[in-house]
Amino acid sequence: MSDITHTDVLIIGAGPVGLFAVFELGLFDMRCHLIDILDRPGGQCAELYPEKPIYDIPGYPVVGAQELVDKLLQQIAPFKPGFSFNRMVTALERLEGGGFRVTTDENEVFEAKVVVIAAGGGSFQPKRPPIPGIEAYEGSSVSYSVRRMEEFRGHDVVVVGGGDSALDWSLNLQPIARRVTLVHRRPEFRAAPDNVNKMHALQQAGALDLVIGQVSALSGEDGALRSIAVKGPDSEVEVACTRLLPFFGLTMKLGPVAEWGLDLHENQIPVDTEKFETSVPGIFAIGDINWYPGKLKLILSGFHEAALMAQAAKHVISPKERIVFQYTTSSTSLHKKLGVAD
Amino acid sequence: MTKLTYIAHDGTRFEVEAENGSTVMENAIRNAVPGIEAECGGACACATCHVYVDEAWTALVGEPEAMEEDMLDFAYEVQPNSRLSCQIKVRNELDGLIVTVPERQG
Repeated sequence: MSDITHTDVLIIGAGPVGLFAVFELGLFDMRCHLIDILDRPGGQCAELYPEKPIYDIPGYPVVGAQELVDKLLQQIAPFKPGFSFNRMVTALERLEGGGFRVTTDENEVFEAKVVVIAAGGGSFQPKRPPIPGIEAYEGSSVSYSVRRMEEFRGHDVVVVGGGDSALDWSLNLQPIARRVTLVHRRPEFRAAPDNVNKMHALQQAGALDLVIGQVSALSGEDGALRSIAVKGPDSEVEVACTRLLPFFGLTMKLGPVAEWGLDLHENQIPVDTEKFETSVPGIFAIGDINWYPGKLKLILSGFHEAALMAQAAKHVISPKERIVFQYTTSSTSLHKKLGVAD
Repeated sequence: MTKLTYIAHDGTRFEVEAENGSTVMENAIRNAVPGIEAECGGACACATCHVYVDEAWTALVGEPEAMEEDMLDFAYEVQPNSRLSCQIKVRNELDGLIVTVPERQG
Protein backbone atom coordinates (compact mmCIF):
# COMPACT_ATOMS: atom_id res chain seq x y z
CA MET A 1 0.00 0.00 0.00
CA SER A 2 1.55 3.26 -1.09
CA ASP A 3 1.54 6.36 1.08
CA ILE A 4 -1.04 8.98 0.30
CA THR A 5 0.08 12.56 -0.20
CA HIS A 6 -2.46 15.09 1.04
CA THR A 7 -2.77 18.60 -0.32
CA ASP A 8 -5.41 21.31 -0.57
CA VAL A 9 -5.23 21.60 -4.32
CA LEU A 10 -3.83 19.12 -6.80
CA ILE A 11 -2.87 20.79 -10.09
CA ILE A 12 -2.52 18.59 -13.15
CA GLY A 13 -0.01 20.26 -15.46
CA ALA A 14 2.93 22.51 -14.54
CA GLY A 15 2.81 24.83 -17.55
CA PRO A 16 2.65 28.61 -17.11
CA VAL A 17 -1.03 28.59 -16.16
CA GLY A 18 -0.67 25.74 -13.65
CA LEU A 19 2.28 27.56 -12.10
CA PHE A 20 0.45 30.87 -11.80
CA ALA A 21 -2.53 29.09 -10.23
CA VAL A 22 -0.20 28.30 -7.29
CA PHE A 23 0.19 32.03 -6.77
CA GLU A 24 -3.51 32.87 -6.86
CA LEU A 25 -4.42 29.88 -4.67
CA GLY A 26 -1.54 30.69 -2.33
CA LEU A 27 -2.90 34.16 -1.65
CA PHE A 28 -5.92 32.37 -0.17
CA ASP A 29 -3.72 30.02 1.91
CA MET A 30 -4.30 26.93 -0.21
CA ARG A 31 -1.32 24.56 -0.52
CA CYS A 32 -0.71 23.12 -3.96
CA HIS A 33 0.94 20.07 -5.47
CA LEU A 34 1.60 19.89 -9.22
CA ILE A 35 2.00 16.78 -11.36
CA ASP A 36 3.46 16.87 -14.86
CA ILE A 37 4.44 14.26 -17.42
CA LEU A 38 7.54 16.22 -18.42
CA ASP A 39 10.74 16.12 -16.37
CA ARG A 40 10.60 19.84 -15.51
CA PRO A 41 8.13 22.71 -15.12
CA GLY A 42 7.02 24.91 -18.00
CA GLY A 43 4.85 22.72 -20.22
CA GLN A 44 4.90 23.73 -23.87
CA CYS A 45 7.00 26.80 -23.04
CA ALA A 46 9.79 24.54 -21.80
CA GLU A 47 9.34 21.60 -24.16
CA LEU A 48 8.34 23.13 -27.49
CA TYR A 49 9.75 26.63 -27.66
CA PRO A 50 12.00 27.58 -24.70
CA GLU A 51 14.06 29.95 -26.86
CA LYS A 52 11.14 31.67 -28.55
CA PRO A 53 10.14 35.20 -27.59
CA ILE A 54 6.57 35.86 -26.40
CA TYR A 55 5.19 39.33 -27.07
CA ASP A 56 1.76 39.31 -25.44
CA ILE A 57 2.47 38.91 -21.73
CA PRO A 58 1.21 42.14 -20.12
CA GLY A 59 4.05 44.27 -18.83
CA TYR A 60 6.70 42.44 -20.85
CA PRO A 61 7.25 43.84 -24.35
CA VAL A 62 9.16 40.63 -24.97
CA VAL A 63 9.98 37.65 -22.78
CA GLY A 64 11.58 34.31 -23.66
CA ALA A 65 9.36 31.29 -22.99
CA GLN A 66 11.85 29.70 -20.58
CA GLU A 67 12.46 33.08 -18.97
CA LEU A 68 8.72 33.40 -18.30
CA VAL A 69 8.71 29.96 -16.68
CA ASP A 70 11.71 30.89 -14.51
CA LYS A 71 10.00 34.10 -13.39
CA LEU A 72 6.77 32.26 -12.57
CA LEU A 73 8.75 29.78 -10.46
CA GLN A 74 10.30 32.71 -8.62
CA GLN A 75 6.89 34.31 -8.16
CA ILE A 76 5.34 31.17 -6.62
CA ALA A 77 8.37 30.18 -4.52
CA PRO A 78 6.91 31.77 -1.30
CA PHE A 79 4.04 29.28 -1.46
CA LYS A 80 6.36 26.24 -1.55
CA PRO A 81 4.39 24.09 -3.98
CA GLY A 82 5.12 20.37 -4.27
CA PHE A 83 6.10 18.93 -7.66
CA SER A 84 5.96 15.43 -9.14
CA PHE A 85 7.59 15.22 -12.57
CA ASN A 86 7.74 12.39 -15.13
CA ARG A 87 4.30 11.33 -13.97
CA MET A 88 1.04 11.03 -15.83
CA VAL A 89 -2.19 11.23 -13.88
CA THR A 90 -4.10 8.12 -14.86
CA ALA A 91 -7.11 8.20 -12.55
CA LEU A 92 -9.18 10.90 -10.90
CA GLU A 93 -11.95 9.76 -8.57
CA ARG A 94 -14.30 11.49 -6.24
CA LEU A 95 -14.05 10.50 -2.57
CA GLU A 96 -17.21 9.76 -0.65
CA GLY A 97 -16.53 12.20 2.15
CA GLY A 98 -15.69 15.00 -0.34
CA GLY A 99 -12.48 15.73 -2.18
CA PHE A 100 -10.68 13.65 -4.77
CA ARG A 101 -8.17 10.85 -5.16
CA VAL A 102 -5.60 11.16 -7.94
CA THR A 103 -3.42 8.25 -9.07
CA THR A 104 -0.34 8.43 -11.30
CA ASP A 105 1.11 5.90 -13.75
CA GLU A 106 3.66 5.03 -11.03
CA ASN A 107 0.78 4.24 -8.67
CA GLU A 108 1.37 7.18 -6.37
CA VAL A 109 -1.79 8.35 -4.66
CA PHE A 110 -2.75 11.94 -3.84
CA GLU A 111 -5.80 13.22 -2.03
CA ALA A 112 -6.93 16.79 -2.49
CA LYS A 113 -9.94 18.88 -1.64
CA VAL A 114 -9.89 20.52 -5.06
CA VAL A 115 -8.43 19.45 -8.41
CA VAL A 116 -7.34 21.92 -11.07
CA ILE A 117 -6.76 20.60 -14.57
CA ALA A 118 -4.23 22.85 -16.30
CA ALA A 119 -3.10 20.25 -18.78
CA GLY A 120 -2.85 22.45 -21.88
CA GLY A 121 -3.03 20.37 -25.03
CA GLY A 122 -2.95 17.19 -22.96
CA SER A 123 0.07 15.13 -22.05
CA PHE A 124 3.27 14.94 -24.03
CA GLN A 125 3.65 11.40 -25.26
CA PRO A 126 6.12 9.69 -27.58
CA LYS A 127 5.27 10.21 -31.18
CA ARG A 128 4.34 7.23 -33.33
CA PRO A 129 6.60 7.36 -36.39
CA PRO A 130 4.87 7.46 -39.77
CA ILE A 131 5.73 3.84 -40.65
CA PRO A 132 2.79 2.00 -42.25
CA GLY A 133 1.39 -0.81 -40.10
CA ILE A 134 3.46 -0.06 -36.98
CA GLU A 135 0.38 -0.25 -34.71
CA ALA A 136 0.21 -4.04 -35.14
CA TYR A 137 3.59 -4.46 -33.43
CA GLU A 138 3.18 -1.97 -30.56
CA GLY A 139 3.33 -3.48 -27.10
CA SER A 140 5.13 -6.55 -28.41
CA SER A 141 8.04 -5.81 -30.75
CA VAL A 142 7.78 -2.02 -30.89
CA SER A 143 8.22 0.23 -27.85
CA TYR A 144 8.76 3.95 -27.45
CA SER A 145 10.71 3.82 -24.21
CA VAL A 146 12.82 1.33 -22.31
CA ARG A 147 11.30 0.38 -18.98
CA ARG A 148 13.32 -2.81 -18.45
CA MET A 149 16.54 -3.39 -20.34
CA GLU A 150 16.28 -7.16 -19.82
CA GLU A 151 13.43 -7.28 -22.33
CA PHE A 152 15.97 -6.50 -25.04
CA ARG A 153 18.54 -9.15 -24.09
CA GLY A 154 19.47 -11.42 -26.99
CA HIS A 155 17.32 -9.48 -29.48
CA ASP A 156 18.08 -7.88 -32.82
CA VAL A 157 17.41 -4.35 -31.66
CA VAL A 158 16.90 -1.51 -34.11
CA VAL A 159 16.93 2.01 -32.68
CA VAL A 160 15.60 4.76 -34.96
CA GLY A 161 16.45 8.41 -34.52
CA GLY A 162 19.29 10.88 -34.18
CA GLY A 163 18.66 12.52 -30.81
CA ASP A 164 19.87 11.83 -27.29
CA SER A 165 17.36 9.07 -26.54
CA ALA A 166 18.29 7.16 -29.70
CA LEU A 167 22.02 7.38 -28.98
CA ASP A 168 21.67 6.66 -25.24
CA TRP A 169 19.71 3.49 -25.84
CA SER A 170 21.89 2.30 -28.72
CA LEU A 171 24.87 2.49 -26.36
CA ASN A 172 23.10 1.08 -23.31
CA LEU A 173 21.55 -1.88 -25.11
CA GLN A 174 24.61 -2.72 -27.21
CA PRO A 175 26.22 -4.98 -24.56
CA ILE A 176 23.09 -7.08 -23.96
CA ALA A 177 21.39 -7.19 -27.36
CA ARG A 178 22.25 -9.79 -29.96
CA ARG A 179 22.88 -6.88 -32.32
CA VAL A 180 22.10 -3.18 -32.19
CA THR A 181 21.45 -1.31 -35.42
CA LEU A 182 20.98 2.43 -35.32
CA VAL A 183 18.93 3.84 -38.20
CA HIS A 184 19.00 7.56 -38.89
CA ARG A 185 17.90 9.64 -41.86
CA ARG A 186 21.23 11.45 -42.29
CA PRO A 187 24.82 11.19 -41.11
CA GLU A 188 24.47 14.22 -38.78
CA PHE A 189 23.10 13.65 -35.28
CA ARG A 190 21.29 15.96 -32.86
CA ALA A 191 22.57 13.98 -29.88
CA ALA A 192 25.46 14.95 -27.61
CA PRO A 193 28.72 14.66 -29.63
CA ASP A 194 30.32 12.51 -26.95
CA ASN A 195 27.73 9.76 -27.41
CA VAL A 196 27.90 10.09 -31.19
CA ASN A 197 31.66 9.46 -30.97
CA LYS A 198 31.14 6.44 -28.74
CA MET A 199 28.63 5.06 -31.23
CA HIS A 200 31.04 5.54 -34.15
CA ALA A 201 33.79 3.79 -32.15
CA LEU A 202 31.54 0.76 -31.62
CA GLN A 203 30.60 0.83 -35.29
CA GLN A 204 34.26 0.83 -36.33
CA ALA A 205 34.94 -2.05 -33.95
CA GLY A 206 32.15 -3.98 -35.68
CA ALA A 207 30.06 -4.11 -32.50
CA LEU A 208 27.15 -2.00 -33.76
CA ASP A 209 25.65 -1.18 -37.16
CA LEU A 210 24.71 2.26 -38.40
CA VAL A 211 22.34 2.48 -41.36
CA ILE A 212 21.57 5.84 -42.95
CA GLY A 213 18.01 5.96 -44.26
CA GLN A 214 14.34 5.94 -43.34
CA VAL A 215 12.34 2.93 -42.21
CA SER A 216 9.90 2.20 -45.03
CA ALA A 217 8.35 -1.16 -44.14
CA LEU A 218 8.04 -3.74 -41.35
CA SER A 219 7.82 -7.52 -41.79
CA GLY A 220 6.70 -10.12 -39.31
CA GLU A 221 3.54 -11.81 -38.13
CA ASP A 222 1.19 -11.84 -35.13
CA GLY A 223 2.85 -8.82 -33.60
CA ALA A 224 6.31 -10.40 -33.79
CA LEU A 225 8.67 -8.35 -35.89
CA ARG A 226 11.27 -10.17 -38.02
CA SER A 227 12.90 -7.47 -40.10
CA ILE A 228 12.54 -3.93 -41.33
CA ALA A 229 13.27 -2.28 -44.66
CA VAL A 230 15.37 0.87 -44.64
CA LYS A 231 15.28 3.13 -47.67
CA GLY A 232 18.63 4.85 -48.10
CA PRO A 233 19.64 7.59 -50.50
CA ASP A 234 20.32 5.09 -53.30
CA SER A 235 19.11 1.68 -52.21
CA GLU A 236 16.87 -0.22 -49.84
CA VAL A 237 18.28 -2.66 -47.27
CA GLU A 238 16.67 -5.30 -45.08
CA VAL A 239 17.72 -5.29 -41.42
CA ALA A 240 16.99 -8.15 -38.99
CA CYS A 241 14.85 -6.72 -36.20
CA THR A 242 12.94 -8.35 -33.36
CA ARG A 243 12.76 -5.23 -31.17
CA LEU A 244 12.19 -1.77 -32.64
CA LEU A 245 12.75 1.41 -30.62
CA PRO A 246 11.72 4.50 -32.58
CA PHE A 247 12.49 7.92 -31.05
CA PHE A 248 10.52 10.51 -32.98
CA GLY A 249 10.00 13.15 -30.33
CA LEU A 250 6.90 13.99 -28.36
CA THR A 251 3.39 14.93 -29.32
CA MET A 252 0.44 16.14 -27.26
CA LYS A 253 -2.45 13.81 -26.61
CA LEU A 254 -5.47 14.46 -24.43
CA GLY A 255 -4.73 11.12 -22.75
CA PRO A 256 -6.57 9.83 -19.69
CA VAL A 257 -8.42 13.17 -19.13
CA ALA A 258 -11.12 11.77 -21.43
CA GLU A 259 -11.80 8.94 -18.97
CA TRP A 260 -12.50 10.97 -15.85
CA GLY A 261 -16.22 11.36 -16.42
CA LEU A 262 -16.05 15.06 -17.30
CA ASP A 263 -18.11 16.56 -20.11
CA LEU A 264 -15.93 17.24 -23.14
CA HIS A 265 -16.24 19.60 -26.08
CA GLU A 266 -13.95 18.62 -28.99
CA ASN A 267 -11.17 17.37 -26.70
CA GLN A 268 -11.54 20.34 -24.39
CA ILE A 269 -13.27 20.66 -21.03
CA PRO A 270 -16.25 23.03 -20.94
CA VAL A 271 -16.28 25.38 -17.94
CA ASP A 272 -18.32 28.34 -16.79
CA THR A 273 -16.67 31.74 -16.96
CA GLU A 274 -17.33 32.72 -13.36
CA LYS A 275 -15.54 29.86 -11.60
CA PHE A 276 -13.93 27.88 -14.43
CA GLU A 277 -15.43 24.78 -12.89
CA THR A 278 -16.04 21.60 -14.91
CA SER A 279 -19.20 19.49 -14.95
CA VAL A 280 -17.94 17.95 -11.68
CA PRO A 281 -18.08 20.40 -8.73
CA GLY A 282 -14.64 20.79 -7.15
CA ILE A 283 -12.78 20.05 -10.37
CA PHE A 284 -11.68 23.16 -12.23
CA ALA A 285 -10.08 23.50 -15.66
CA ILE A 286 -7.93 26.48 -16.69
CA GLY A 287 -5.69 27.36 -19.63
CA ASP A 288 -5.64 25.76 -23.08
CA ILE A 289 -7.51 22.65 -21.94
CA ASN A 290 -10.79 24.41 -21.16
CA TRP A 291 -13.50 25.70 -23.43
CA TYR A 292 -16.16 28.37 -23.14
CA PRO A 293 -17.76 30.70 -25.69
CA GLY A 294 -15.11 33.14 -26.86
CA LYS A 295 -12.20 31.09 -25.49
CA LEU A 296 -8.76 32.24 -26.62
CA LYS A 297 -5.79 29.94 -26.09
CA LEU A 298 -3.51 32.60 -24.67
CA ILE A 299 -1.28 32.43 -21.62
CA LEU A 300 -2.77 35.70 -20.38
CA SER A 301 -6.29 34.25 -20.57
CA GLY A 302 -5.10 31.32 -18.47
CA PHE A 303 -3.72 33.72 -15.84
CA HIS A 304 -7.10 35.48 -15.59
CA GLU A 305 -8.87 32.12 -15.36
CA ALA A 306 -6.52 31.10 -12.51
CA ALA A 307 -7.43 34.20 -10.50
CA LEU A 308 -11.16 33.61 -10.74
CA MET A 309 -10.82 29.88 -10.18
CA ALA A 310 -8.91 30.53 -6.94
CA GLN A 311 -11.88 32.42 -5.46
CA ALA A 312 -14.21 29.54 -6.28
CA ALA A 313 -11.72 26.94 -5.01
CA LYS A 314 -11.46 28.79 -1.69
CA HIS A 315 -15.22 28.61 -1.38
CA VAL A 316 -15.12 24.82 -1.93
CA ILE A 317 -12.42 24.32 0.70
CA SER A 318 -13.73 26.79 3.30
CA PRO A 319 -17.42 27.27 2.51
CA LYS A 320 -18.14 29.24 5.67
CA GLU A 321 -15.23 31.64 5.40
CA ARG A 322 -16.00 35.03 3.88
CA ILE A 323 -13.58 35.76 1.05
CA VAL A 324 -11.97 39.14 1.46
CA PHE A 325 -10.67 40.60 -1.77
CA GLN A 326 -7.29 42.27 -1.32
CA TYR A 327 -4.64 43.88 -3.51
CA THR A 328 -1.03 42.65 -3.41
CA THR A 329 0.09 46.29 -3.60
CA SER A 330 -1.33 47.28 -0.25
CA SER A 331 -2.44 44.32 1.85
CA THR A 332 -0.15 43.63 4.79
CA SER A 333 -1.56 40.13 5.20
CA LEU A 334 -0.77 39.32 1.56
CA HIS A 335 2.71 40.78 2.02
CA LYS A 336 3.26 38.37 4.90
CA LYS A 337 2.27 35.43 2.70
CA LEU A 338 4.59 36.63 -0.05
CA GLY A 339 7.40 37.09 2.44
CA VAL A 340 7.93 40.77 1.61
CA ALA A 341 8.56 43.44 4.22
CA ASP A 342 6.15 46.34 4.63
CA MET B 1 0.64 39.58 -53.39
CA THR B 2 2.51 36.44 -54.32
CA LYS B 3 0.91 33.41 -55.95
CA LEU B 4 1.47 30.01 -54.33
CA THR B 5 0.27 26.63 -55.54
CA TYR B 6 -0.18 23.67 -53.23
CA ILE B 7 -0.69 20.22 -54.71
CA ALA B 8 -2.47 17.94 -52.23
CA HIS B 9 -1.57 14.27 -52.09
CA ASP B 10 -4.59 13.36 -54.25
CA GLY B 11 -3.44 15.80 -56.93
CA THR B 12 -5.89 18.62 -56.17
CA ARG B 13 -4.34 22.02 -56.80
CA PHE B 14 -4.89 24.96 -54.47
CA GLU B 15 -3.85 28.36 -55.82
CA VAL B 16 -3.68 31.12 -53.25
CA GLU B 17 -2.60 34.73 -53.07
CA ALA B 18 -0.16 35.15 -50.20
CA GLU B 19 1.12 38.21 -48.44
CA ASN B 20 4.87 38.72 -48.43
CA GLY B 21 6.37 38.00 -45.01
CA SER B 22 3.79 35.33 -44.17
CA THR B 23 4.85 31.69 -44.23
CA VAL B 24 3.91 28.99 -46.72
CA MET B 25 2.44 27.04 -43.75
CA GLU B 26 0.20 29.94 -42.62
CA ASN B 27 -1.26 30.30 -46.10
CA ALA B 28 -1.96 26.57 -46.30
CA ILE B 29 -3.84 26.66 -42.99
CA ARG B 30 -5.74 29.83 -43.92
CA ASN B 31 -6.84 28.21 -47.18
CA ALA B 32 -7.57 24.79 -45.64
CA VAL B 33 -5.08 22.89 -47.78
CA PRO B 34 -5.50 19.26 -46.71
CA GLY B 35 -2.48 17.45 -45.25
CA ILE B 36 -0.78 20.43 -43.60
CA GLU B 37 -1.31 20.01 -39.86
CA ALA B 38 1.14 22.49 -38.27
CA GLU B 39 0.68 21.02 -34.82
CA CYS B 40 3.14 23.37 -33.10
CA GLY B 41 1.76 26.51 -34.75
CA GLY B 42 4.91 27.44 -36.61
CA ALA B 43 7.57 27.20 -33.92
CA CYS B 44 9.73 24.75 -35.91
CA ALA B 45 9.04 22.30 -33.09
CA CYS B 46 7.32 19.48 -34.98
CA ALA B 47 7.34 18.13 -38.52
CA THR B 48 3.68 18.31 -39.45
CA CYS B 49 3.85 21.03 -42.12
CA HIS B 50 6.27 19.09 -44.30
CA VAL B 51 6.13 19.82 -48.06
CA TYR B 52 8.14 18.95 -51.16
CA VAL B 53 9.34 22.02 -53.02
CA ASP B 54 8.91 21.74 -56.80
CA GLU B 55 12.31 20.98 -58.36
CA ALA B 56 12.25 24.21 -60.37
CA TRP B 57 12.06 26.21 -57.13
CA THR B 58 14.46 24.44 -54.77
CA ALA B 59 17.42 26.74 -55.47
CA LEU B 60 15.37 29.91 -54.87
CA VAL B 61 13.64 28.57 -51.75
CA GLY B 62 16.96 27.45 -50.31
CA GLU B 63 18.14 24.79 -47.87
CA PRO B 64 16.73 24.17 -44.40
CA GLU B 65 18.69 25.53 -41.46
CA ALA B 66 20.10 23.16 -38.83
CA MET B 67 17.07 23.37 -36.52
CA GLU B 68 14.71 22.57 -39.39
CA GLU B 69 16.93 19.66 -40.52
CA ASP B 70 16.64 18.29 -36.96
CA MET B 71 12.86 18.47 -37.12
CA LEU B 72 12.78 16.86 -40.58
CA ASP B 73 14.11 13.71 -38.86
CA PHE B 74 10.54 13.26 -37.59
CA ALA B 75 8.89 13.63 -41.00
CA TYR B 76 7.65 10.93 -43.37
CA GLU B 77 9.52 10.10 -46.60
CA VAL B 78 11.94 12.98 -46.45
CA GLN B 79 13.44 13.86 -49.86
CA PRO B 80 16.23 16.23 -50.84
CA ASN B 81 13.52 18.82 -51.68
CA SER B 82 11.76 18.46 -48.33
CA ARG B 83 11.10 21.60 -46.28
CA LEU B 84 8.93 22.56 -43.34
CA SER B 85 6.50 25.08 -44.80
CA CYS B 86 6.50 27.18 -41.60
CA GLN B 87 10.13 28.02 -42.33
CA ILE B 88 9.55 29.31 -45.87
CA LYS B 89 8.74 33.03 -45.91
CA VAL B 90 6.76 34.34 -48.86
CA ARG B 91 8.58 37.01 -50.88
CA ASN B 92 8.38 38.51 -54.39
CA GLU B 93 10.89 36.09 -55.90
CA LEU B 94 8.72 33.14 -54.89
CA ASP B 95 5.79 34.28 -57.06
CA GLY B 96 4.50 31.09 -58.72
CA LEU B 97 6.02 28.71 -56.13
CA ILE B 98 4.68 25.15 -56.25
CA VAL B 99 4.82 22.80 -53.26
CA THR B 100 3.45 19.27 -52.94
CA VAL B 101 1.95 17.87 -49.73
CA PRO B 102 3.27 14.41 -48.73
CA GLU B 103 1.07 11.37 -48.19
CA ARG B 104 1.23 11.80 -44.43
CA GLN B 105 2.75 14.04 -41.78
CA GLY B 106 5.09 12.87 -39.04
